[in-house]
Amino acid sequence: MDLRICHLYPDLLNLYGDRGNVATLVQRARWRGIQVHVAEARLGDAVDPAAHDLFFIGGGEDRQQRLAAPDLRRVKGDALRAAAADGAVVLAVCGGYQLLGHFYRPAEGPDLEGLGLLDLHTVHPGAGARRLIGNVVVRERTCGVRLVGFENHGGRTYLGPSVRPLGEVLVGFGNNGTDRTEGAVWRRVYGTYLHGPLLPKNPWLADVLIAQALERRYGAVTLPPLSDEEEHRAAEVAAARARAG
Amino acid sequence: MRTVAAFLAARAAAAGSRALRVGGGTTLPGRLALALAPDLVPTLARQLRRGVVLISGTNGKTTTARLLGEIAQAAGLRVVHNRAGANLLSGIAAALLAHTTARGRVRGDLGVFEVDEATLPAALAATGPRLVVLLNLFRDQLDRYGEIDLLADRWRRALGRLPHEAAVVYNADDPLVAEVARAHAGRRVAFGLDAVPDALPPRQAPEHAADSRYCYACGRPYVYTLVTLGHMGHYACPQCGTARPGADVRAVDVRLEGVDGAAFVVHAGSGGGSEHAPTAPGSARLAVRTQLPGLYNVYDATAAAAAAWVLGVDASAIARGLDETAPAFGRGERVVLEGREAVMLLAKNPAGFNEVLRTVLLADGNPVVLVAINDLLADGRDVSWLWDVDFELLADRVHAAIVTGLRGAEMALRLKYAGVPSERITLVHDSALALAAALQRLPDGRRLYILPTYTAMLQLRALLARQGVVRGFWAQ
Repeated sequence: MDLRICHLYPDLLNLYGDRGNVATLVQRARWRGIQVHVAEARLGDAVDPAAHDLFFIGGGEDRQQRLAAPDLRRVKGDALRAAAADGAVVLAVCGGYQLLGHFYRPAEGPDLEGLGLLDLHTVHPGAGARRLIGNVVVRERTCGVRLVGFENHGGRTYLGPSVRPLGEVLVGFGNNGTDRTEGAVWRRVYGTYLHGPLLPKNPWLADVLIAQALERRYGAVTLPPLSDEEEHRAAEVAAARARAG
Repeated sequence: MRTVAAFLAARAAAAGSRALRVGGGTTLPGRLALALAPDLVPTLARQLRRGVVLISGTNGKTTTARLLGEIAQAAGLRVVHNRAGANLLSGIAAALLAHTTARGRVRGDLGVFEVDEATLPAALAATGPRLVVLLNLFRDQLDRYGEIDLLADRWRRALGRLPHEAAVVYNADDPLVAEVARAHAGRRVAFGLDAVPDALPPRQAPEHAADSRYCYACGRPYVYTLVTLGHMGHYACPQCGTARPGADVRAVDVRLEGVDGAAFVVHAGSGGGSEHAPTAPGSARLAVRTQLPGLYNVYDATAAAAAAWVLGVDASAIARGLDETAPAFGRGERVVLEGREAVMLLAKNPAGFNEVLRTVLLADGNPVVLVAINDLLADGRDVSWLWDVDFELLADRVHAAIVTGLRGAEMALRLKYAGVPSERITLVHDSALALAAALQRLPDGRRLYILPTYTAMLQLRALLARQGVVRGFWAQ
């Protein structure tokens, strides 16, 4: 059994320790004897939708997002849409999350057209608006599992009817700081503002993604449990730090 | 008159808070003074006969200010400088007040101030410096400083307002800093490294932690012929031709000596093809030594030498000042604990931490490390950056890793995913017990490497001071 990961823009959208998410997927698969291949797709690189089970996109600053957005639409867009329709997993964090929506309206300058893979849009309320920064605790929508992370974004994201939120905000701001939603899910496409990074301290979610990514080629997969003592301890501390304000 | 009264009140507050040991007499009186007399800094800074030097950047501010301060003192100048880390306007105000007589006269020739990156524009306006040293811009505390490009924009606008008589000494090897420095219309002097030491593997691609990989003029990835640290090195854009400026002050023949320091040769004024070749006082070649470890400090020492050279300090004073500068607290400082030697190496962002790891591994192939990670405001609340540090370097080499701090659990998790075997990772919540555990794991004749974030470093120092260990070593 092998897991094929495609890391999109690893050197461009790599803010806030995003590569920790890839490291977590790789290690948790390997610890179970699953072979892992990580491919990287940079600016200008075409991707083959059938060659990867899981696509990861990290965050970036405005400048990096401006460089990535047109490439994502023109060079990789059709492949990502085809892969998602075929059951591949896509995980997008922060800036990458915003790019999967319909558009991002920055504080100044023209709108940045997104991929439209997730039914949502993001608006930056202006240079004077406060950034949404801090530790976050979220209750996941389907299983009620607690997710922890850190958010730091100026843009406010609003979900359309064809996506569901990843979870409900218990501590922090989430998508827009008003409706208590965090993240978005459509099929196996996941977007979230939780970096921190997301997966090391949320091993349940990491395993959901690995299992779903394998399912396309191997059918339903049950992953043997791992000892997640360190993971849970770090998550416990993160949640406590979040509540401490 | 209002200024005089306010000044006297502020000065009294400064003396009072020092006597009461509140805030070490640094920022509290400074804040008070600025509230009472907003024009205090310009009024006092103007009196410094040889002017003011401001030093800013993500990594190396404190060290570079110390190095330049020692050089200036070796040249016979009376130096006014702010305390390590007291690098907001209030810290500058407090430093000036501490050197001011009851009649409002500043005793000192030259001001050498380290300045927080976000405070640089305000400090430029308040102090009217004759020289500004720009070290580097790395990803650091995004939750506090915001995005690096926004910071660069503020620097650009502030440098555009700097009078032409002022000089800017900047790091040619940092693409973003070199680009920002162009905003200054007056004299610009570039410094940089010619090569990396043989002891380090040559790199032609920036590491994961690198920030400024894409051309600031046209957006294409830079091509590097040499990578020194993070995104720093010898770069050129294959599309628009933007390239590293030739360095006016160059460090060559660098030899790293683990945590014991470094030796290298500084060439000044030999040109290097800069459009702004320096005019005075001619070219120089100078062999120097520093007690400060790692390639970062070679950059800092080169920056200090470049600044001193622009100030007209003679070569022997530059060499003496560099040689005599002891590490700033927590930045390569040594301490003896129960007969064992420990070295404390502050690590506060990915690029800095990577360099610390390289320095440690150069000195000891199988080190025992004590890593202390806090997430207080001064550390950055967001610990995500730990995942950008190349802890994989330690995977099969670290003898034992003891982790502690408010986010010790996150650090232990990071090491687990870096591939460090779990039996080599020990999480100890209490810092005193963590220190004891680290010493216990230390084989005979070996050194302990303490790698703390900023507030964790302050806590460990306080602990060592209570144990009476640091007296004499840590006195600054």
